[in-house]
Amino acid sequence: MSPEEHKVKANSKGVLTGVYYIDGDVASGYGALAAGCKFVAGYPITPSTEAFEAICHRGPQVGAVFIQMEDELGSISAIMGAAWAGVKTMTITSGPGYSLMQETIGFGAMLETPFVLLNIQRGGPSTGVPTKTGQADMMQSRWGAHGDYELIAISPDSPQEMFDYTIKAFNLAEKYRCPVMIMSDECVGHMTEKVVIPDADKIEIEPRRLYAGPASDYLPFKPDPDLVPKMAKAGEGLNLYITGLVHDERGYPVTDADYKSMHVRRLVDKIRLNKDKIIELREQGIDGADVIVVSYGISSRVAVKGVEIARQKGIKVGTLRLVTVWPFPDERIVELAKGTKAFVVPEINYGQIVFDVARCAHGQANVVLVPHGGAGVHNPSDVAEAIEFAARQEKPIEGVYEFKTRLEKSVFEGGFRLKE
Amino acid sequence: MAVERINRKEIHPMENLLRMERMPHIWCPTCGIGIAVTAFTAALEKAKLDPNMVSIVSGIGCTGRVAGYVKLDSFHTTHGRPIAFATGIKVANPKMKVVVFSGDGDLMAIGGNHFIHAARRNIDMLVVCVNNFIYAMTGGQVAPTTPLAAYATTSPYGCVEPPFNIPYIADSSGAVYVARYTALHVRRLTNALTEALQKKGFSVVEVISPCGMYYSRINRLGDGLEMMKFYHDNVEIRNGEDTKNLDIGFQTKIICGKFVDRERPTYMERYNQWLSEVKPTGKNPDVSRGAQSEG
Amino acid sequence: MKADKTGVLTGSHILSGNEACAEGALAAGCRFLGLYPIVPSIEVSKRFLERAPQVGATFIQMEDEISALAAVIGASWTGKKSMTVTSGPGLSLMMEHLGLGVMLETPCVIVDIQMVGPGLGLPDHPAYGDMMQARWGSHGDYEIIALAPSSPQEMFDFTIKAFNFSERYRIPVAVMSDAYVAQLKETVVIPPADRINIEPRRYFQGPTDSYLPFKRDEDLVPRMVDIGQGYRFHVTGLTHDDRGYPIMFEECQEYNVHPLVRKIRCYVDKIVDTQETYIDDAEVVVISYGVAARAAGEAVAQARNTGLKAGSLKLNTVWPFPEKRVIELAKQVKAFIVPEMNFGQVVLEVERCSNGKANIFFLHHGDNGIEYPDGIIAAIKQASQTNELLSSTIELK
Repeated sequence: MSPEEHKVKANSKGVLTGVYYIDGDVASGYGALAAGCKFVAGYPITPSTEAFEAICHRGPQVGAVFIQMEDELGSISAIMGAAWAGVKTMTITSGPGYSLMQETIGFGAMLETPFVLLNIQRGGPSTGVPTKTGQADMMQSRWGAHGDYELIAISPDSPQEMFDYTIKAFNLAEKYRCPVMIMSDECVGHMTEKVVIPDADKIEIEPRRLYAGPASDYLPFKPDPDLVPKMAKAGEGLNLYITGLVHDERGYPVTDADYKSMHVRRLVDKIRLNKDKIIELREQGIDGADVIVVSYGISSRVAVKGVEIARQKGIKVGTLRLVTVWPFPDERIVELAKGTKAFVVPEINYGQIVFDVARCAHGQANVVLVPHGGAGVHNPSDVAEAIEFAARQEKPIEGVYEFKTRLEKSVFEGGFRLKE
Repeated sequence: MAVERINRKEIHPMENLLRMERMPHIWCPTCGIGIAVTAFTAALEKAKLDPNMVSIVSGIGCTGRVAGYVKLDSFHTTHGRPIAFATGIKVANPKMKVVVFSGDGDLMAIGGNHFIHAARRNIDMLVVCVNNFIYAMTGGQVAPTTPLAAYATTSPYGCVEPPFNIPYIADSSGAVYVARYTALHVRRLTNALTEALQKKGFSVVEVISPCGMYYSRINRLGDGLEMMKFYHDNVEIRNGEDTKNLDIGFQTKIICGKFVDRERPTYMERYNQWLSEVKPTGKNPDVSRGAQSEG
Repeated sequence: MKADKTGVLTGSHILSGNEACAEGALAAGCRFLGLYPIVPSIEVSKRFLERAPQVGATFIQMEDEISALAAVIGASWTGKKSMTVTSGPGLSLMMEHLGLGVMLETPCVIVDIQMVGPGLGLPDHPAYGDMMQARWGSHGDYEIIALAPSSPQEMFDFTIKAFNFSERYRIPVAVMSDAYVAQLKETVVIPPADRINIEPRRYFQGPTDSYLPFKRDEDLVPRMVDIGQGYRFHVTGLTHDDRGYPIMFEECQEYNVHPLVRKIRCYVDKIVDTQETYIDDAEVVVISYGVAARAAGEAVAQARNTGLKAGSLKLNTVWPFPEKRVIELAKQVKAFIVPEMNFGQVVLEVERCSNGKANIFFLHHGDNGIEYPDGIIAAIKQASQTNELLSSTIELK
């Protein structure tokens, strides 16, 4: 049976069918329950606590278990254990907690453990601005842990998407046996909108690909043709051995240099070679566009207004929304760069995804960053002006051009007045 | 009715130790943290310490904001790690007196590991742990001190975990001074803090505090005044009590007092002793030997 | 200013990379080490501890890497130059405090002796899998300086450089080494103290009641003070203003964080440290760092002997990346060869800066564990013979 035929319908017990008016955090919690998540370990951190609390509240009613651990390290370690005990599992955090979890995320990648991590990004770095938004953990979601690995990151832009894409995140985690990040942000997390939760039989779930053969033949890290090994769980008489050291197909550590290369190579290829099946993009008005706005998460909603203003001025603008941010859609950007003048990238940070856009542009299109430090979203007029600026450039600009926003001007040229 | 303006400047008695330009502070009405801070500043004066040589380190949480309001060299660090940060300060500059002022969640949950190690090492520092039985800053989640069966947003059906007994952990890990009082017992608290500030070694003072916004509201325990009344009626002062017996249940008796006051060599005392026994020859080490592989 | 004699072990020694790193730290004036043991970084601590009594340095083994870096940041505020040493898994644990160090603008050095990852990987095998992590591992926006030594001598020299950068820019600086250079024993020449330049800490000299911890000089770096001098300052990881007090608005976020990023970005030219060999007429340039640079140097020399116009750009500082130079070189050369002991990290930066003007050939680490010149020479040959512009990076081997 091919992997595509593996999908099943959701278990109605976890699906809270109905029409709701809830915030993104809560929607994600409900999405996890609908996906069949049975264990959530978390630690309170603004602005993600509502998601965890929603699960604490509804979870027991639908058979899911939760535990508040002593810190984020405990949380992510607990969900690793739960995954190997056989359940779908998730943890929920924000910037500082996400930083604490990095070692175990790498561990999860190494052990090919399926789990979902919801990061409601906030202003950073360090303690930053806990109650307001940011999108500055995007590169961290790709490179935060040591060593080589690849994982998947999704950026929803509404509470409805928080519901839908949390389910998708669980499906991807099972399909590729890897950690999946939902890189949301405080705006989307705390935004209250209509969320429609359909009947269970309309929700597709990827079940865990479990090994079904004789115990004596089980090799926990022997990959199927798509490079993903079948999983097992503790308590089945398989005598699992799981280690974060480089290991062979049996899971036993090896120090052989050849093997090391092969094993880590597969971890990376597993995602890289399956990119096409993972990447999800939303394009609008791309054909013939002089400027393409590349964005994700809450910035893509703000960009819509900016694009509207620019179009009213007669500029041919298209939008490319990254629903999955990692793996990055290299090939699509390379292609689009050939046919457009410039990419404009509004992000709530001082430049993260824009560098990958610039990398793939291969000098064929200019790249303009519209930055924002966080604790707020872009002013759509800044996005519109950046689009205008980009459309006007006839000569190539070397490197990424950082657009000067109104906020920057008002703070540094107007003078920053201390607010009490 | 006309109100006569009183024409004198109202000065807080501890003004020289508070960052007055940041007032009003962020703590809610009915919170006990402000009381703990006042007691602490009073103790600093009573202990006759030079404020320039005292450093205060806080973690994250409502109590974690204390560092921002006290006029000492103050650090608002990461969640759970003020003790580690303070250890760095103390070991690098032993002349400083370091005070860690943080909450039950910050010190006993995520910071639990650092708490027991600093106690074990007997690092000379004062840890003031304001215990309001909840994670207040983040909205009322369960804490490692939340009593069994109490409600919190992450224990909506009642807390199923038995709480930590902070004085017991401090005692068994090696702390040389352990006391506990509530926000009601201001004078005793001030005296305990004064003693602890003058004590050499790892000292812990737990301050039981009301949280009118979350703990007592979620658990229908009334407002701050009612919590204070509760402390008045249910606190028993038992100095020298065995720390094993200091568990706190939901709305049960709370035993306060000074429980541990002993002497142990501090970390720096042992470290300096070791240093003095290593005889520096003034010659360079035998570099041709090189590093030995650890195998 | 010149180095303090007490820490400088002048002379010619046979030292391992780890030992040389400890000596470099002591020569730079480092007097505090907060550590947590992790293979393959153990010997750095061991050496430091052995020398500590002679030099008057303090150290403490903390209960984990998280607290080790926390203690280092605390110690730095007492005026002591401070350092921690670790490896991959430890660096991952240090990410939150790296952010704290950035936000508090605290000078300190983090030495990462990289091992094969991810996870527990292979603790005593070399790799360079943490390069991108050093740049992007913590949450939020920030810039970092990271050096990559290729030999015990460079371990000594670059550790001193790291301390100097960290004082100059008030930022944590990473020394990204690996398990191979860590154990490799070579001659290390330690000059006399008066020939070692040390960047002094930039202190605020004014009266105690007028200190603003985050008021920036012209070059965007604020001045520091020591605890215990009567300044009674406050610093926090929350977004803050000049006084160090938290302000939770986007204006303050812009005011606080944009300069954190700019203070490095605007001074890239002063920080970037690279070594160019045979670049002027090169058609193929090998861009490398760390251990791979050793093989690259050899490969380029051999290639030149056979008439191939090869050149080498060795990155001593990997972060900030030498954008300008690579953008320039891309216009001149046919191709870049990037040998890295990982599955593609710094090569992505090379791709970004090439702007499609040069081919890029990527060699991931060989099965033997480290790069050998043969693979690089073969790549140089192939690159020289490829005349058309390829549409994407080619991965060799």
